[in-house]
Amino acid sequence: MSTTTKPALTGPAPAKAAPARTWRGLRGSRTFNFWLFVSPFLAGLIIFIYVPIGWSVYLSFFDARFTVTPSNFIGFDNYTYMLTDPKFVHSLGTFTVFAAFIVPTTWAVSLGLALLVNRLRFMRAFFRSVFFLPTACSYVAASLIWKMSLFSGVRFGLMNTVLGWFGIDDIAWLASPDPPWYWLVIVSARLWLQSGFYMILFLAALQNIPAELYEAAAIDGARPGWQTFRHITLPQLRATSTAVVLLLLVAAYQAFDEFYNLLDKTTWGRPPLVELYYTALGTEQDYGAGSAGAVILTALIVVVTLFQGRIMGFGRGEESK
Amino acid sequence: MTTKRRGGVMGNTGLCIATGVAAFLFLVPFYVLLRNALSTDARITGEHWEFFPTHLQWGNIGELFDDPSVPFARSLLNSLVVAVSMTAGILLVCSLAGYALARIPYRHANKIFYVVLGTLMVPTSVTFVPSFVLVSSLGWVDSYRGLIIPGLFSGFTCFLFRQYFLGFPKELEEAARVDGLGYWGAYWRVVVPNSLNFFAAIATITFINGWNAFLWPLVIGQDPNSWTVQVALSSYITNQTVVFHQIFMAAAISILPLLFVFLFLQRWLVQGIAQTGIKG
Repeated sequence: MSTTTKPALTGPAPAKAAPARTWRGLRGSRTFNFWLFVSPFLAGLIIFIYVPIGWSVYLSFFDARFTVTPSNFIGFDNYTYMLTDPKFVHSLGTFTVFAAFIVPTTWAVSLGLALLVNRLRFMRAFFRSVFFLPTACSYVAASLIWKMSLFSGVRFGLMNTVLGWFGIDDIAWLASPDPPWYWLVIVSARLWLQSGFYMILFLAALQNIPAELYEAAAIDGARPGWQTFRHITLPQLRATSTAVVLLLLVAAYQAFDEFYNLLDKTTWGRPPLVELYYTALGTEQDYGAGSAGAVILTALIVVVTLFQGRIMGFGRGEESK
Repeated sequence: MTTKRRGGVMGNTGLCIATGVAAFLFLVPFYVLLRNALSTDARITGEHWEFFPTHLQWGNIGELFDDPSVPFARSLLNSLVVAVSMTAGILLVCSLAGYALARIPYRHANKIFYVVLGTLMVPTSVTFVPSFVLVSSLGWVDSYRGLIIPGLFSGFTCFLFRQYFLGFPKELEEAARVDGLGYWGAYWRVVVPNSLNFFAAIATITFINGWNAFLWPLVIGQDPNSWTVQVALSSYITNQTVVFHQIFMAAAISILPLLFVFLFLQRWLVQGIAQTGIKG
């Protein structure tokens, strides 16, 4: 250790030299410092993330109704129960439909807003703020506005009022799964909430596209508008687009707030987390089946994330080419 | 129609109309929120749509806080405590770990980093059942501990700090080393003061997420006195008796603190999102 070569700095009293040297040694020690910095985080990570997941795997092999310290080992019964439970399987279908609606629409709207804001010559900051503002709103508050006013099924809801001006009858937006108007409510709410956020990502990417590309294209006779968008802007945004699509997918997988609040107590239109909430924390309190469900959902997302890692790596490779 | 400069002005008019229409649509929900919060129920449910209340009902605020069925004032306090402590805790714990992983050479650092990366694959909301099992056996249901502590160990935030510190200028730390500071001293006296922009960005995003969180507070808050404001709002939505002006006032008040955050901290927020791509 280099610190031992300069003991003169440790002070005049020789009796204190030994503890002072250990302190200096510790202070300069990489191992000691590494653990000093990392251990609070690492301990928390293990206790609050790894232990629960492990415990959950354990619980998933037991009959654990109303208890978290079960004794009745039942093997894979919880898994077969969840995987053959029509409600749980249906929730995965609900997620698929939701993702099919929300991912392309958010991608298109946020890219469109970014293109608009990027081309503005005045009041750019104002319009950026307007589109970004809903990000401050919680999903619960948005659900409240959507359910109680915008898409309220009664006559004085805003949408029904507007339809009324055109002589169209009231629509019960959220009351029944057939016709599935509830998708319009759910998708528009999330679209409003998250588009501004992804717009910021696209704006940052748009501003990174070198202006020379457009100048060169103009010299080559490309017409500004669709041609430059198709052949310069879109290819330059490929990495961001890929990232946005994957972020949107993972976010849709975790959808809970708006489904829970908009479709209160309905048995249809439940995505996986809502279904799991009712299984584990509803009247059943079935922690065994709930844990099995959590393990299944975790396994699914891990597969998707690993796949995503490959795509992201792939996207980056393309970009740096 | 003004078409003095060919193409350009036409394009600009279209651009302005499109931007205006989009902005109008984005503002409609805020308009409805404000209108309903300051109306009476008779006006909200009236025969014709009233564009804005002629008599603003500021008394709705008092009525909301006086209603004993939902402890709304308490829920605001809970949200504030939770969001502030989560922000402070996450910044402290995750930045220290991120710094060590980026800058303190240690033989097993890679293995530790993989332990962190492993948690990135699983969004925490997916594992809410296991977390609830753990927290309830610790006896932390209905408590600030239960609301705050399990959320502090964000692998993603740690990862972001690591990426940031990898790009932190080495010269500054070396200067601190020459001045006789150890890792700990250099971190607090040199690294943190020179990273305030990044800390502010992460803090803003963490605060917004803490204030708007719903699933975990819903799971933990079984007693109304431990509800956060989002859980309280949700209870209004699912209530049998509906007092429109009251629940819209509640929603408006719940959004207000974040509007302030937006007005004053938007620069850091935008910068943080553009740098990191974290969900706001």
